[in-house]
Amino acid sequence: MSFTAQLLRGVRVTLVLWLLTVVVITLPMLGLARLVAPEAANGSLLQRDGVVVGSRLIGQRFAAGRYLQGRPAGEPNLAASNPELAARVAAAASRLELAGISRPAPDLLQDSASGVDPHISLEAARQQLPRLARERGLTMGQLQRLLRQSQEGPLAMQAIEPVVNVLRFNLALDQLAAAPASEPPAS
Amino acid sequence: MLPWLLAAALLAVVVLTAPVLGRHLYAVFDDRPQPAWDRWLTPLESGLLRWIGETGRPADSPWGYLLPLLISNALFGLVALALLVWQPTWLNPLGFGGLRWDLALHTTLSFLTNTDQQHLIPEQSLGNLAQLGAMQFLMFVSAATGLAVGFAVIRGFSGRPLGNFYRDLLRALSRVLIPASLLLALFLLVSGVPMTLASPLEITTLEGGQQWLPRGPIALFEAIKQLGENGGGFVSANAAHPYENPTLLTNLVSTWAMLIIPAATIDAFGRFVGNRRQSSLLLVLVFGLLIAGAVVAMAAEQAGNPLLSSWISGGNLQGKELRFGTGLTGLYATVTTGTMTGAVNGAIDAAMPLTILTALFNLFLQVVFGGQGTGMAYLLVFALLAVFLTGLMVGRTPEFLGRKVEKAQVVWASLVLLIHPLFVLIPAALTLAGGPSWAGISNPGSHGISQVVYEYASAAANNGSGLEGLGDGTPWWNLSASLSLLGGRYLPIAALVALADGVRRKPALEPSPGTLRTDTGLFTGVTAVVLVILGALTFFPVLALGPIAEALTLAS
Repeated sequence: MSFTAQLLRGVRVTLVLWLLTVVVITLPMLGLARLVAPEAANGSLLQRDGVVVGSRLIGQRFAAGRYLQGRPAGEPNLAASNPELAARVAAAASRLELAGISRPAPDLLQDSASGVDPHISLEAARQQLPRLARERGLTMGQLQRLLRQSQEGPLAMQAIEPVVNVLRFNLALDQLAAAPASEPPAS
Repeated sequence: MLPWLLAAALLAVVVLTAPVLGRHLYAVFDDRPQPAWDRWLTPLESGLLRWIGETGRPADSPWGYLLPLLISNALFGLVALALLVWQPTWLNPLGFGGLRWDLALHTTLSFLTNTDQQHLIPEQSLGNLAQLGAMQFLMFVSAATGLAVGFAVIRGFSGRPLGNFYRDLLRALSRVLIPASLLLALFLLVSGVPMTLASPLEITTLEGGQQWLPRGPIALFEAIKQLGENGGGFVSANAAHPYENPTLLTNLVSTWAMLIIPAATIDAFGRFVGNRRQSSLLLVLVFGLLIAGAVVAMAAEQAGNPLLSSWISGGNLQGKELRFGTGLTGLYATVTTGTMTGAVNGAIDAAMPLTILTALFNLFLQVVFGGQGTGMAYLLVFALLAVFLTGLMVGRTPEFLGRKVEKAQVVWASLVLLIHPLFVLIPAALTLAGGPSWAGISNPGSHGISQVVYEYASAAANNGSGLEGLGDGTPWWNLSASLSLLGGRYLPIAALVALADGVRRKPALEPSPGTLRTDTGLFTGVTAVVLVILGALTFFPVLALGPIAEALTLAS
């Protein structure tokens, strides 16, 4: 068979397979997505007062003392043997020590892989509660309750250990501060 | 403890599900009666073949199988390359333009060869048309090409005609990869992976900062990425990003998805040659290698970094996501490099040296399940060489699966094994000769050597993972890695098809008392030794200079 005939076959195969793998299967999947899981399909967005403030799955940067802070997103590709890694960990540890956390949880010192890890460990969250109580004028009991509410873990197959979703926690924290919840309910 | 239990459960599920898919693969590629759910595809398939101008008759020479493969693959690549270079700024809301030619070329060849090494940040350079029309397209067709080759080689070794490439390609897509991807995509979707054509969203964070949410048609992309052993991320963070891999469960299922098709291919091989004991023993061998690597990597990550012990007790969380933890990230690194997927759920660059050693070992061997379809073929090459060696040792005529192993087969098999070190070690030596800054090395000491060797090993093995601190976006890296990508893909494919065609033309022999049985534990053990000696010792010097030296530095 001539090369031209072979080439023509190749062109037709390419056309068929492009349409099949790019259009024919993707469009129904997009439609199905809107049907069965519209929220997830759209990025698991979280809204406040009608405005999108983030995604339940994606971590945000929190630097202010009045928010629970997440994992550092610096340089995930520093090798175990790179002296810069130890220097950065040491710097982060002393920074946190100045902020009143004497032996910070490991996940507060080591960079996440994605830069947007939505979680911190329970230990890392508990270490920040006294600061939050001070900054927000809330009781430890209120904060503990929030912590339980924004916890995700192995039972629901969300994470290998019990962790706290930092954005969900902080949204709840803002809500708590907005409502006069520190006073006993009037009744 | 939990990571180990989950890892064990995961492998158990692979063992249980592999025969189910293996039977299906056998039915698909040996024209057995089809299950009811895909019988309706038959008229569609023959209609398409007719329109293409293809009779569907099996090729009568290796060239008859290879020529359509090469022509179609070249055209697939051209389509993708055109989309990447052309990508007009007005078409996507973020205004990404066409890629620089060397980057476009590397990205195209990388996805065309089922490698998916990425020297770009996809969410900052590719719009949805490029993601779907170039990347997703190539992920489907490259995986189907691999499966087609795998089964052509299996057919040859079982004495059947090689088959028809276009027919295999269509069937691999319509009866294996597409249905499986749709199911997996549906699962990922309900677990939180986005699937939308809406543009990435810029939001204001609680503290008033700006953040881009890189949503897109990810669920289907992710499904074929894992099942097709592709590994190219929709976003740069790959499966570490919560949009690609949102939960512990998606992580476990994604790990399963990397293993299932290659494991089922080995099972299907047993059905082709009518000796499931043979395929079960090969599965034991490959699982043994995988488990050994997984134990090393998981234990290393859980033990943590001794240099950080003044501040941190416990595992190595640098470059890891908390929802997966240290152990399962070690497992993922082992599976992704063993299966030639190349997806990552954490930074391998920041992994412990023993994890990097495991990953490199897998990349060098290429049979710890290995690439889609091609892994099985490599395994047959090693088994063939083991037959040859043991035959020489005991003075019997070497026979494999009832066919004589002669000079031509050994030559082709040796060629297959020599290609890999050629395309890894030579470019790595050239790049290292240029000095650390030319090479783009980001971590000092022996780790820097690992970064360079890993990049070429990953390219030539068609894996795609990397020690990503490496500054690999330069023309030198793009072009030299492109050579390794191509050489590591098409030369072995050509040699494997030629080898299989030679085997099938030999007369089938009845087993005699003098025949060396290959479906025994002893022979499997010998194959394992041959694998490690031939596959890994070639690379021992670079392992010693890279991860082994780094491990010793950390320990001292």
